[in-house]
Amino acid sequence: MAGTVAMRRTAARRQPDTSATTEPTWVRTLLIVVSLIFLAIFLLLPLLAVFSQALAKGWEVYAQSLWDADALAAIRLTLLMALIVVPINTVFGVIAAWAIAKFQFVGKSLLITFIDLPYSVSPVIAGLIFVLLFGRQGWMGPWLESHDIRIIFAIPGIVLATLFVTFPFVARELIPLMQAQGTEEEEAACVLGASGLQTFWRVTLPNIKWGLLYGVILCNARTMGEFGAVSVVSGHIRGETNTMPLQIENLYHEYNITAAFAVASLMALLALVTLVFKSFLQWKTSQQLSAEELGYTGD
Amino acid sequence: MGIEARNITKTFGTFTALRNVSLSVATGELVALLGPSGSGKTTLLRIIAGLEEPDDGSGAILFHDEDVARTQVGNRKVGFVFQHYALFRHMTVFENVAFGLRVRPKSQRPGRNLIKYKVMRLLKLVQLESMANRYPHQLSGGQRQRVALARALAIEPKVLLLDEPFGALDARVRQELRQWLRRLHDEIHLTSLFVTHDQDEALELADRVAVMNNGQIEQIGTPDDVFHKPATEFVVKFLGQVNFFHARLEGGKVHFSTLAWESPEHAGTPSQPAHVFIRPHELDVNIIRNGHPALQATVKRIHSAGPNVRLDLTAESGERLCAEMTQERYRSLNITSGSTVFVTPRDVKVFADKP
Repeated sequence: MAGTVAMRRTAARRQPDTSATTEPTWVRTLLIVVSLIFLAIFLLLPLLAVFSQALAKGWEVYAQSLWDADALAAIRLTLLMALIVVPINTVFGVIAAWAIAKFQFVGKSLLITFIDLPYSVSPVIAGLIFVLLFGRQGWMGPWLESHDIRIIFAIPGIVLATLFVTFPFVARELIPLMQAQGTEEEEAACVLGASGLQTFWRVTLPNIKWGLLYGVILCNARTMGEFGAVSVVSGHIRGETNTMPLQIENLYHEYNITAAFAVASLMALLALVTLVFKSFLQWKTSQQLSAEELGYTGD
Repeated sequence: MGIEARNITKTFGTFTALRNVSLSVATGELVALLGPSGSGKTTLLRIIAGLEEPDDGSGAILFHDEDVARTQVGNRKVGFVFQHYALFRHMTVFENVAFGLRVRPKSQRPGRNLIKYKVMRLLKLVQLESMANRYPHQLSGGQRQRVALARALAIEPKVLLLDEPFGALDARVRQELRQWLRRLHDEIHLTSLFVTHDQDEALELADRVAVMNNGQIEQIGTPDDVFHKPATEFVVKFLGQVNFFHARLEGGKVHFSTLAWESPEHAGTPSQPAHVFIRPHELDVNIIRNGHPALQATVKRIHSAGPNVRLDLTAESGERLCAEMTQERYRSLNITSGSTVFVTPRDVKVFADKP
């Protein structure tokens, strides 16, 4: 008896259509077709255009465009940005999420608001803030100049601007996850004699690793792709302060379309790899979650 | 004394969770903290464990006569079992149980083989040797609770504290696990304190029961004591179903409904209002007046599925009553819904109304 009930329930889950929510076939087809066409026009077509333009003059020109000294410098700088910014924001994100999810303190909601700030501020404004702070006419400009320190139109400025724009990604990903997991496992670890650090490495970190990786990947994608804020602070010095997105813009303005699209194709590839990673991580996280849920209802 | 908590007070903001509570548990004893939610029982348990701090300067906590109030939670050597198990979800059963041994400082950490030996011995104790390589989500609720217990025992705790250990389990598993825990306790004799809101669980499992209400311990005693000699009205009401009457004490007698009951212990008390409580099984039901003072009542409903038969009655004077009897007695009475019966109390609990 219990068996038939259970079977009926899974059957019902597989076919959730009840007469109240079922649409006629033509409506369903229409909705699916419309969304597919939309995706094709706005996502697939541009992607194809990037690769076809990049390869329009053949593989040789494509390779040459990428092997160009300035292009290589831009690629190197972009990778350097990722190497600096992503680890810093990962550590910051974990610390902030930990503090918000596991402790009660005054000013907690203020901290959450601040973490969200880069989402709501235009990247161009973010860049301008740093120019106003560290630029030659800025607040700290004279002092920096007298000590021969360059921030704006140099790599430190690009790092700062990118840090600002990308810092919510990891924290935002972790906060809901850590809040949902609560503090019972950490308490259990403490009672069993684990120190704070042991608790973090052995209990907290393994529990958040998929969400953390997901946040890191999003953060990395944005770091490499950031244009607005970096554009304001970098000064577009070819071979020195041009990241890949800036290099693409430069080439495009010089009517060097093939080279522009060649570099763009690299970024598109990066986006595709990120997408695959992202889907994998999402699948992994949901698998972990559903396994736990199944366990809980399995009593 | 195995566990001693003295004069513990705890407030959360404006809410007082514990008011100057003292509790002792003898070495090797199993004591239940019984009370409704919000009564402070879990807070007391967490303070004893060191997961919460009592209010500044209030109280002392001793394990085996050693003051641990200033000792960090990790150094108190308590075995703590959480209501929702709190197993490490990314670790196997084996790793969960081994955790407390693996995080010890290097000088005190047992070797790999010793850890394996200890963990497997504990898993054998909780009958889960075959599950060592499973993950928590692959276990049933009862199995998870046993893993949590093995993990708590792995650090060779001085005392064992259990927070609603069977709260998240279904009735049948609960019953089994309860008897199993009692047998385990008789085997290892670890000083234990557990929190529950289920009076059957407390009465069946514990050597002594502390009934808590509103941040205070109302009564502490053997299950027999708290059930048969309740100290306060709250204890009577909390330990199972009970019939309640407004009454009046006068000249050594308590008057309720249409009855006057001799109450020798109130012989000296002046005339005043009182409350009377009678357990359903302490009401005798007859179909004729047998000479004893009795309440006349009408049978409203009969619940006969179970070891005992329960009758819902309405007294002549309007009160609703509940009476319980054996199946044999019920059959010999030959009553149906609507029958008129005569009800005589065998025992009543009288509490003078507090002014």
